[in-house]
Amino acid sequence: MAMLNIDNLHAKIDGDHGKEILKGLSLTVNPGEVHAIMGPNGSGKSTLSYILAGKEDYEVTDGSVSLDGEDLLEMEIDERAAKGVFLAFQYPIEVPGVATMTFLRSALNAQRKKRGEAEISTPDFLRLVKDKAANLGINQDMLRRGVNVGFSGGEKKRAEILQMAILEPKLCILDETDSGLDIDALKVVSEGVNALRSPDRAMIVITHYQRLLNHIVPDFVHVMHKGRIVRSGGKELALELEANGYAEYQQDAA
Amino acid sequence: MNAEIRPIRTPAEQAFIAALDGLPASGDRLADLRLAAARSFAEHGLPHRRVEEWKYTDLRTLMREAVPVAGTAAVAEADARATLLRGVEARRIVVANGAVVPELSDLADLEAGLSVTTLAAATAAGDEVLSRIGGILPGRYDAALALNTALARDGVIVTVAPGAVIERPIHVAHVFAGASAAASYARSLVVVGAGAKLTYAESFEGPEAMAYQANSATEFTVGDDAHLDVVRLQEEGTGAFHLSTLLFDVGRQAQVHAFSFGIGAAVARTSLYATLSGESSHVGFNGATLLKGRQHADSTLLVDHQVPGCESRELFKTVLDDQTRGVFQGKIIVRQAAQKTDGRMMSRALVLGDEAEMDNKPELEIFADDVQCGHGATCGAIDDDLLFYLRARGIPHKEAQSLLVQAFVGEAIETVEHDGLREALVERAEAWLKARA
Repeated sequence: MAMLNIDNLHAKIDGDHGKEILKGLSLTVNPGEVHAIMGPNGSGKSTLSYILAGKEDYEVTDGSVSLDGEDLLEMEIDERAAKGVFLAFQYPIEVPGVATMTFLRSALNAQRKKRGEAEISTPDFLRLVKDKAANLGINQDMLRRGVNVGFSGGEKKRAEILQMAILEPKLCILDETDSGLDIDALKVVSEGVNALRSPDRAMIVITHYQRLLNHIVPDFVHVMHKGRIVRSGGKELALELEANGYAEYQQDAA
Repeated sequence: MNAEIRPIRTPAEQAFIAALDGLPASGDRLADLRLAAARSFAEHGLPHRRVEEWKYTDLRTLMREAVPVAGTAAVAEADARATLLRGVEARRIVVANGAVVPELSDLADLEAGLSVTTLAAATAAGDEVLSRIGGILPGRYDAALALNTALARDGVIVTVAPGAVIERPIHVAHVFAGASAAASYARSLVVVGAGAKLTYAESFEGPEAMAYQANSATEFTVGDDAHLDVVRLQEEGTGAFHLSTLLFDVGRQAQVHAFSFGIGAAVARTSLYATLSGESSHVGFNGATLLKGRQHADSTLLVDHQVPGCESRELFKTVLDDQTRGVFQGKIIVRQAAQKTDGRMMSRALVLGDEAEMDNKPELEIFADDVQCGHGATCGAIDDDLLFYLRARGIPHKEAQSLLVQAFVGEAIETVEHDGLREALVERAEAWLKARA
């Protein structure tokens, strides 16, 4: 069974005169697969990631999304997370006053509780964070600070991957994780993501540029334009896009 | 022809005036002070919305019912009711219905340089320290203070000798005890000598759903180079009227920090008056208020920079749920002589309830030309993006809200220096949030 099944998804910005952004998008993702979604600005890539995570600013007008056969769109935001959906934000938000450790622990325990699992013990939790943080070059000082507060762009992205490593989601959605990263940071982040690749876990990597896909090699590449997937192929499609740009698709649509 | 204008007095005002009629005619300084306060109350009555400083807290309307002056509390009941800050290692003094309860108070083995007595004992002994009562003036008529001055018979008097460093905090636990609503008055005095150091905590509590009135006033005289930390926790019962007045006189290069945490009472008003009379002092007056149901809480401050080079900081956080109303009125006065003053005041409100209301009124009155002063006020709901971020990581809605509210008030609570007291306040904030969830 497919892990994620998006069928003919239509969505608009919430409100009476909301603009339609997704116009019949379909995508099937199986466990173990890495799908890259590429496309020009404004094609609806980030909207797709927000709708999967459950952001309330959008209204789904048609189509369906199921996760392991269950209707994802009916679930609360936190319920989706507990079921294994994780969105690595393009612009991770600063949460002043909530220490990163408190945040990670609250999130992990809330998810475990919802799944009917026992809360993690303090020593186990500290060990888990210490191991994962070290791999990503995140020091104790960053963990003590408020979530993302005073972090550089690269540090925020690494912190997102740390959250992902600790929460161990089954479906990772990475929204423009490469934006704002220099080449060294890109390497660290990509290594963190690659370490999480596994036969039970799927990933959707949203990116504007091919660069990231040199590090996180996808199984499938999809081109998104005007709210739909207009072309799908293997990883070589990304190279083709890099060479020719998106002009071809923009002309098609005109 | 002259017509005599008689103001119409509410039942509460009549009861106060009747209580004031029983004051002894004259005699010593304290008796005269009480009479003067009684006269001014009889003239002005309870403040209402046309009195600028009480515009948002119309006491005349809010406090209509008359209650008698409270009698002596039973020791066992007072003991059972005084639960706040009990886990904090401190010298504890219990004040029940406005009177110090010696059986419940730790008045022995005082540290060198520390003297603790009661207003009642000092009055009986004709103690010289009494001359300091009423020594700090608010600079304007204040009805709550006038009633306190006229009617308080007891309270705590703490004196720290110059240079003495008192490590163990003093905790004055105010409780209301009794089967029916009544009014209590406590008047305290804290004198911190030059170069001395003290941490002073006050807590307030009483029975639920009873319209008792608790009126407390404390004067703090802080000597040159002295260091005073004041921590207050107000968790009166849900039906209570809480009126408190804090008066500070701050000496040269002294450091004063006061934090007020308000959770309880149906109506609470805390007025803080600070006179900075010695150069280069540093004061911080901070607070946090958590409101639910139909609670009304008012924090009013007046910081008067009279001399050059002082620094004052105010940060007040208010969380308003349901149909509550919060008020912040802060005023910084910079006198002409007070050059190089650095004053900053900020009030932030987080509105959770659709029908809650926050009134912010920051004011600056500056007569000197070389100063740095600023004030700000914000009022808003929980940021949806923050909430989404937390929920996207699996934290349920209510819990995510709690984390964000805790972070919001945390910034103010963090300013409390004493570890035990700060942790106790954090614990009270958590309990409030837990009760809400």
